[in-house]
Amino acid sequence: MNAPTIERLGTRIDLPKIILTAIAASIGIVMVLPLVWMLSASLKTEIEVFTYPIQWIPETIRWRNYQEVWAGLYPFGTFYWNSIQVTTISVTGLVITSSLAAYSFAKLQYPGRDVLFLAYLSTMMIPPQVLLVPRFILFRNFGILNTHWALILPGIFIIFGVFLLRQFFTTIPNELSESAIIDGANHLTIWSRIIMPLAKPGLVSLVIVSFVWRWNDYEEPLIFLFSRDLFTIPVGLTLFVDEFETRYSLIMAATVSAIVPVLAVFLAGQKFFVRGIVTSGLKG
Amino acid sequence: MSSRFFAATPSWKRSQIYAGYLFLLPNFIGFVAFILVPVVFSLYLAFSSWDLLSGVGGIQWVGLSNFTRMASDPWFVSSLWNNLVYSTFTVVFSILIGLGMALLLNNKVFGKSVLRTMYFIPYIVSLVAISAIWMALLSRFGPVSQLVRALGVENPPVWLMDPTFALPAIITLGIWNQAGYCMLIYLAALQGVPKELYEAAEVDGGGAWVKFHHVTWPLISPATFLLVITQIISSFRVFAPVQILTQGGPGRSTTVLVYYIYRTAYQNFRMGYASAMAWVLFSMVFIITFIQWQGQKRWVNY
Repeated sequence: MNAPTIERLGTRIDLPKIILTAIAASIGIVMVLPLVWMLSASLKTEIEVFTYPIQWIPETIRWRNYQEVWAGLYPFGTFYWNSIQVTTISVTGLVITSSLAAYSFAKLQYPGRDVLFLAYLSTMMIPPQVLLVPRFILFRNFGILNTHWALILPGIFIIFGVFLLRQFFTTIPNELSESAIIDGANHLTIWSRIIMPLAKPGLVSLVIVSFVWRWNDYEEPLIFLFSRDLFTIPVGLTLFVDEFETRYSLIMAATVSAIVPVLAVFLAGQKFFVRGIVTSGLKG
Repeated sequence: MSSRFFAATPSWKRSQIYAGYLFLLPNFIGFVAFILVPVVFSLYLAFSSWDLLSGVGGIQWVGLSNFTRMASDPWFVSSLWNNLVYSTFTVVFSILIGLGMALLLNNKVFGKSVLRTMYFIPYIVSLVAISAIWMALLSRFGPVSQLVRALGVENPPVWLMDPTFALPAIITLGIWNQAGYCMLIYLAALQGVPKELYEAAEVDGGGAWVKFHHVTWPLISPATFLLVITQIISSFRVFAPVQILTQGGPGRSTTVLVYYIYRTAYQNFRMGYASAMAWVLFSMVFIITFIQWQGQKRWVNY
């Protein structure tokens, strides 16, 4: 490494590093610029939104936009509560059933196991759109169309969960469970006392990744729900887009409100989210 | 085989067999009910005609006619074409931009983790929210038009209502959304490239391009392979931006496969035809993936 450096005031300045950082930072700014604009527009009057050059920090911060969104015609609070309910229940169910199935696929030997796993894997390629029409009809016959169950039940059985946890479980050495068997432990105990605690990073990854996906899901609530008071955030947001038409300051306030929870969860658990994405991607 | 198999199996192994099935059971019930049965039902519907309103008794077997109809359906043909254009551009540019960002971050830069977060954030924002932002940015007097006007264009187009610009607008949305994912996968792959190989290339007098061409690119080819496949699959699922921003218009200039399937099923209630198109979509993605899989030996190094 013979990188050119500038000697100044006794400190060495790494010029290539500064140049590369400048390039990398300007790309980063381009990537977040639409989001910054959204935030700025959500705190402006309608006229200020369209002044040019763009005033990134509004002269007077206009919280009233948020007031109109949260206390207006459509209750944003209800959409939030619906999203929280649907997301929590489906993610909990997903983690429980997937971790049991993943234990079965990763740690137990039985006839037909590999064929079953292959059947699971091969359905991962089927686009969800293939399933939407038959699910719509099945849900109508079960009587769960236009209820949250129509979102929760398919949300529990996402093959990705089994796949991701199986990847994590196979990295746990078999000696641990084998010695537990010799000590007389049954498989439920091994699953709950040995495998689950050791796979905690994998479980957290699954929780965060599936939380983000469930929270953002648009097509299922769009098709399976008709009553406004059942809508989750993404479908609710489209109501605001229709309602406010061209009042973009209000639309942006609604959009910021819709994004915040998922952004918070992502930033809090970024490490796990990234690991979940990379594990399921690279080892797939 | 099974009875002899069981007789010869020690009890701890047999308990493993029972446990194996029992642990799988809860998930398997859901797998059958919410995936397997819908898949089979959908396959049957693809060869049927059904308007939903006539009840399950109204399902009529029509053979291949759903499939033969597609070729002469202008909406289907446009959807297929637009989708191919959308997929080509988003896949190529998401991967290239993602690679560029990953290579930058793999160098010595300040604030690596902050930059990585900035690159990645668009991926976790819902497509509905991104569509709302794009709608505002590209509105008649929105910032993009203002900027173009400031650059001297007197009458900038109304992007999303212009047949020439509507699809490119949706493509940029897709690229902005996906590039961060590609960056993340590449970054993980780059960290697996042994430093010694770069040093060896330097000893041989190789410059930056030689190092990239002979060391980096071949070693990250599994990541490229993975990204090409996953990006093609996800690009054929594009729906929300089209449904929210353009409803396939103006004319048929932005209609894509999933959007047209949605319209056929839930606005025209032609469930059979919609299912048939969904299967054509699946077959296309499957064939593209299969070709990639066969071709990987030529360029992917494991």
